[in-house]
Amino acid sequence: MLRFVLTRLGILIPTFIGVTLLTFAMIRLIPGDPVELLVGERGLDPVRHAQLRAEMGLDRPLLEQYWHYISGVFQGDLGKSIVTKQPVVEEFFTLFPATVELSVCAMLFAVALGIPAGILAAARRGSVFDHSVMGAALTGYSMPIFWWGLLLIILFSGILGWTPVSGRISLLYFFEPVTGFMLIDSWLSGEPGAFTSAVRHLILPTVVLGTIPLAVIARQTRSAMLEVLHEDYVRTARAKGLAPLRVIGLHALRNALIPVITVIGLQVGVLFSGAVLTETIFSWPGIGKWIIDSIHRRDYPSVQGGILLIATTVIIVNLLVDLLYGLINPRIRHQR
Amino acid sequence: MRPGVHVLVVTGALALTAGSVGAKTLVYCSEGSPEGFNPALYTAGTTFDASSRQLFNRLVEFERGTTKIVPALAESWTVSKDGLTYTFKLRKGVKFHNTKNFSPSRDFNADDVLFSFDRQRDANHPFHKTSGGQYEYFVAMDMAALIKDIEKVDSQTVRFHLKRPEAPFIANLGMDFASVHSAEYANKMAAAGTPEKLDLDPVGTGPFQLVAYQKDAVIRYKAHPSYWAGKAAIDNLVFAITPDNSVRYQKLKAGECHVMPYPNPADLDAMRKDGSINLLEQEGLNVGYLAFNTEKKPFNNRKVRQALNMAVNKDAIIDAVFQGAGKKAKNPIPPTIWSYNDEVVDYTYNPPEAKRLLAEAGYPNGFETDIWAMPVQRPYNPNARRMAELLQADFEKVGVKAKIVSYEWGEYLKRSKQGEHQTVLLGWTGDNGDPDNFLYVLLGCEAAKDSANRARWCNKEFEDLLLQAKQTSDVAERTALYKEAQLVFKSEAPWVTIAHSVVFKPVRKEVVDFRIDPFGGHVFYGVDLK
Repeated sequence: MLRFVLTRLGILIPTFIGVTLLTFAMIRLIPGDPVELLVGERGLDPVRHAQLRAEMGLDRPLLEQYWHYISGVFQGDLGKSIVTKQPVVEEFFTLFPATVELSVCAMLFAVALGIPAGILAAARRGSVFDHSVMGAALTGYSMPIFWWGLLLIILFSGILGWTPVSGRISLLYFFEPVTGFMLIDSWLSGEPGAFTSAVRHLILPTVVLGTIPLAVIARQTRSAMLEVLHEDYVRTARAKGLAPLRVIGLHALRNALIPVITVIGLQVGVLFSGAVLTETIFSWPGIGKWIIDSIHRRDYPSVQGGILLIATTVIIVNLLVDLLYGLINPRIRHQR
Repeated sequence: MRPGVHVLVVTGALALTAGSVGAKTLVYCSEGSPEGFNPALYTAGTTFDASSRQLFNRLVEFERGTTKIVPALAESWTVSKDGLTYTFKLRKGVKFHNTKNFSPSRDFNADDVLFSFDRQRDANHPFHKTSGGQYEYFVAMDMAALIKDIEKVDSQTVRFHLKRPEAPFIANLGMDFASVHSAEYANKMAAAGTPEKLDLDPVGTGPFQLVAYQKDAVIRYKAHPSYWAGKAAIDNLVFAITPDNSVRYQKLKAGECHVMPYPNPADLDAMRKDGSINLLEQEGLNVGYLAFNTEKKPFNNRKVRQALNMAVNKDAIIDAVFQGAGKKAKNPIPPTIWSYNDEVVDYTYNPPEAKRLLAEAGYPNGFETDIWAMPVQRPYNPNARRMAELLQADFEKVGVKAKIVSYEWGEYLKRSKQGEHQTVLLGWTGDNGDPDNFLYVLLGCEAAKDSANRARWCNKEFEDLLLQAKQTSDVAERTALYKEAQLVFKSEAPWVTIAHSVVFKPVRKEVVDFRIDPFGGHVFYGVDLK
């Protein structure tokens, strides 16, 4: 097991360096000059233009810029935003809790609905239920998030008036953020109604962001279950005369869950990319929208720092999933 | 109530959902986060909306909803005969905001004016480098080269000495970057070792003061209780940051906000029919144009430029590209700016005549050229690609074959500035309502050298008129000069002037006296709720 953990950790170092190199190179490969974008139609005279580029450190050789960046990273300094002049780390961690809160809720929603749906579909393979679940999953998977979000807003907020249109909490409530997680902060505030308001604001974004993972998890659970249901030990269990519920719930599910957990781990990356659109529609103050704005403005430090931090999160989550996987499945940890 | 917890009470439609009535709170669904809270350091409209337009005042300001300059922190001013000295008498009894970081011990005075300008123009000023120290608007308006010295005559009098006469100077002082900060607060923050707080926790003299800001979520303000022009009619102002325009509309409909900017053109019809919404509209302070690179053949030939002006069917463009949200342009300045010359006669759409003129210029079989189309939506041009396609079809009819070219926005600006194009679509939104801000910035000889003059057009007659107009503060005299300049422009035809866009602003019915700001900003002092 120790060897397994060490190998996994060992892979992290090149992955990490790869991410820094890639983001550094990619943002510079996209045409566009942050200085030009800052001033728009007016334009700057060449002297001032050069001066600003120098102030931003963009006049130095690329290798030197990268070295400057990477040595900052090792000291925990991701630089300052070209646009707001604020430290990137500070901006990121102000917005990150909102994204985490939304992603966790979306994932819980996807897991809570996706796994039971997948199991039932597998258990009743070929039934109307199976076909409807798989049809819905395919639809959900191919749904453009932006359109889906707007549709839900128009229906549930506009026509029915059941949920608020956007934001994290009603403007009536105003308290200093303690943790950055609105569900916790609103509960801590002790304001009557604040927690309910935060929950109501979470519903639609959770559904929208959770739709694709839900579809993927339901399909994965179904196919993993089907595979396991054909295994010898399941046939044995059935032959022993165990109740169907026990066969599926205990014997089959435990083994079927292994690939499902991997998929859930991989969905964390999907959640972050989905957050970009979901956050824009629901005016959700998270990092998804912040990264996109930074890319548009060619705010190099924010893009580099933001993507590095997101990548780190995804890497850590996947590492944990890998470890969990090894823990559940002895075949994996004894392989090497 | 627990410490640190405040409850806002919202009026109007919002009160219906909240079930309580009390202090008046206006909610504005803004389109994005400000870059910061010091308008001198940034250039985005969202920043100005969040800072200068609510928190600060300037020596002079634009009357709400117009481009007319009115006294603000300066009660009055005089200009010397030679146009080189501006003396401002400052208003007495103006109070700065009292915030959690700062309790002012004195009223606004000359020191604050000197501090605010010296920080931007003097590289050795102790605050010059604070918060990044880039003052792009100050630089862009050429203020550093223009101001020789600023002198404190006494605590209520300030004198600006200029290096050359520049009539638009007074309008520059009404711009956002010229907002006045508290020197006392700056000194206090410097002494505490946190000078950057000056720009993060702003203290101004404006009608509202900042209460809280959560990036990408909300900005909260309350009315400045001792505002010099009288306390605002609304008690609280909230910016609910809502980036998507369709969502903003849903929020407006649901009563979650009172005012929203930049509606989706597709929603305008529904807004007109909505009983709870007033759709305000006004022509924007902008112009969208096609500039010919007059340094290159065949556009160095005036007849060619005139011919292509006649080849363009502007009505079709307004219909297809602006979908009712635009007006045909004949002058390089919009009709809302003083000195707009309505007597100028535009080229009429006449392809046969255009063909004849091209033949006269030596191009009976036309020629090949390019049309550059911006990759982004701008206030003066919602769809440059579509516009370019229509122009391409129009040019084709007179035998001119045009290829459409586009680049990433930053690259587009840079390359067109360097004159790589033959014809280029671009536009301009006014900064200060002065005709000079369009005519000289976009068509002056100085700007023809790799700058904002994309036609790279330098005409002596036109230039002389503009330079003369800079020398005098007499508005009647300047008007006559600019009117003549517009005639020269039209006959020389360095551009096809295409359109001035119409700005729409949906507000809820309970909002009283909201006025569209010609500069594209959002001003909430003077606005009330029923």
